[in-house]
Amino acid sequence: MKIVEEKIIDDLKEKAKIIRCHIVEMIYRAQVGHPGGSLSAADILTALYFYILSIDPKNPDWEDRDRFVLSKGHAATALYSTLAERGFFPTDLLFTFGQIGSLLQVHPDKNKVPGIDASTGALGQGLSIALGMALGARVDGKKYWVYALIGDGEIQEGQIWEAAMCTAHYKVTNLITILDYNKVQLMGPVSKIMEVSPVKDKWLSFGWNVIEIDGHDMKQIINSIYEAKRVKQKPTIIIAHTIKGKGISYMEGTHEWHGKAPCKEELEIAIKELTNSV
Amino acid sequence: MIAVRDSFGKALLELGRENKDVVVLDADLASSTRTIYFAKEYPDRFFEMGIAEQNMMGVAAGLASVGKIPFVTTFAVFATKRACDQVTISVAYPSLNVKIIGAYTGLLSGYTGATHQAIEDISVMRAIPNMIVIDPADAEEMRQAVKIIAQHKGPVYMRETRDEWPDLFDKSYEFEIGKAAEVCSGSDATIIACGVMTSEAAKASKILSKENIGVRVINMSTVKPIDKDMIIRCAKETGAIVTAENHNIYGGLGSAVSEVLAEEFPTPLLRIGIKDTFGESGSNEDLLKKYNMDAGYIASAVKRVIKRKKVQ
Repeated sequence: MKIVEEKIIDDLKEKAKIIRCHIVEMIYRAQVGHPGGSLSAADILTALYFYILSIDPKNPDWEDRDRFVLSKGHAATALYSTLAERGFFPTDLLFTFGQIGSLLQVHPDKNKVPGIDASTGALGQGLSIALGMALGARVDGKKYWVYALIGDGEIQEGQIWEAAMCTAHYKVTNLITILDYNKVQLMGPVSKIMEVSPVKDKWLSFGWNVIEIDGHDMKQIINSIYEAKRVKQKPTIIIAHTIKGKGISYMEGTHEWHGKAPCKEELEIAIKELTNSV
Repeated sequence: MIAVRDSFGKALLELGRENKDVVVLDADLASSTRTIYFAKEYPDRFFEMGIAEQNMMGVAAGLASVGKIPFVTTFAVFATKRACDQVTISVAYPSLNVKIIGAYTGLLSGYTGATHQAIEDISVMRAIPNMIVIDPADAEEMRQAVKIIAQHKGPVYMRETRDEWPDLFDKSYEFEIGKAAEVCSGSDATIIACGVMTSEAAKASKILSKENIGVRVINMSTVKPIDKDMIIRCAKETGAIVTAENHNIYGGLGSAVSEVLAEEFPTPLLRIGIKDTFGESGSNEDLLKKYNMDAGYIASAVKRVIKRKKVQ
């Protein structure tokens, strides 16, 4: 196992803080967006874009780049903030989010934003798109990796399980799927709306390799991806246990902040909490 | 005369030979859609996706986004309705280079009946931005269209008729997306048709010529983008229009032609097609007769529309 230096982990944590601040500020300014599921995914996106992915912000369409599909497209603010911090576009653009004529749609449009590989937002569709990219690499004999981030509410969609079956059938190993398992969806706890548990057993029974991690622990995120890359013959899903609204006390674990924008006072509390956090 | 689906399968095989970016996905129907020819020759570029059309459409979108030209085939009912949101959001919204082939058109579904009869596929696909919609008339037009749609960059929905159907075109014909072709000449009225109905319309024109009624027949194989100029010209020159489609009269070719005429050049019009009802099992011939879509019925419709022209 490659050991990631503590300094790098600390830098990633700092970056994630900045990204979380962008997320709440974007949503505050636009008065629209999905803070809960963006904040739960922020550490995963930070690890991917600042440590894992082979990408070039100056050449976003580089054909040998790794691909990332945000299947849970409503977490767009997390992706936009990460891409801006990574240098794909100026951070000023973040504050046009959701406004008429903006490149930054409330759900991501691949043709509008540099660095976005798939247009998503209709839940359940992104994993299939990522699978198609992975199979494309196989046809072309290319070595790039494809990553898909799916939501726990999203796996209620039947298409996810069609894709799960197909990925295992084709023994696709250049696709690494990460589940943002924050256990809360729009109307309430996933267990109350439509129970998806036992999640691990479901993926195992579909022929997948399963790794479970704390989705807010940078080391675990990175190590699990290294581990997934070494698995042969079967696809891997990383079940990342996360907290919806992670980092902002009044949002954590609640469904009310799935798709709600903070007021000025709430924004100030959020920024204070994020900047003071360890 | 060869089955239109065989023409499709052979053209796809040939295309696969010429263009290594072409990949094919099918949902356990390769022997019906005839992608089996391609599958046997190019197994590494053929993806059996099982009976899971939503995933198939998404995988095609992914393949297209990394530079492949996927042809996705299944029965038209599943391609356009089971996977409709995937066609719309995964394929059409980002305008990906996916070619969706809907097999077994309209009522002509090999006796399978209402569950497998695509009577609203054109209507649904036509309402999706970025989507091109084509219903080829015969084996030769199908053969050419396979190559042409592969050259077009962007999503295309094309219907694939199952059976043998009368030949209208030979190799001298040149299919072009968005360009209608005159199949029979005449100046008393025009029948604008697509798919299998073009040859029924040609038969109707022949029947009427014996009564000295000259009926022009236009093959409008591209339903979207529709050849507006041709519609307006025929309306001006013949003064009466009949549309003929193997599809519900709501939302398909008849609707598309009506939209153009209503806005640009109001003209007496009658629509031939499935009159907002579900179909049933039966032979192609019996179905067209029972649902008032055969040449005899089209001929009678032409006479009716000509009468309306005279009173105006």
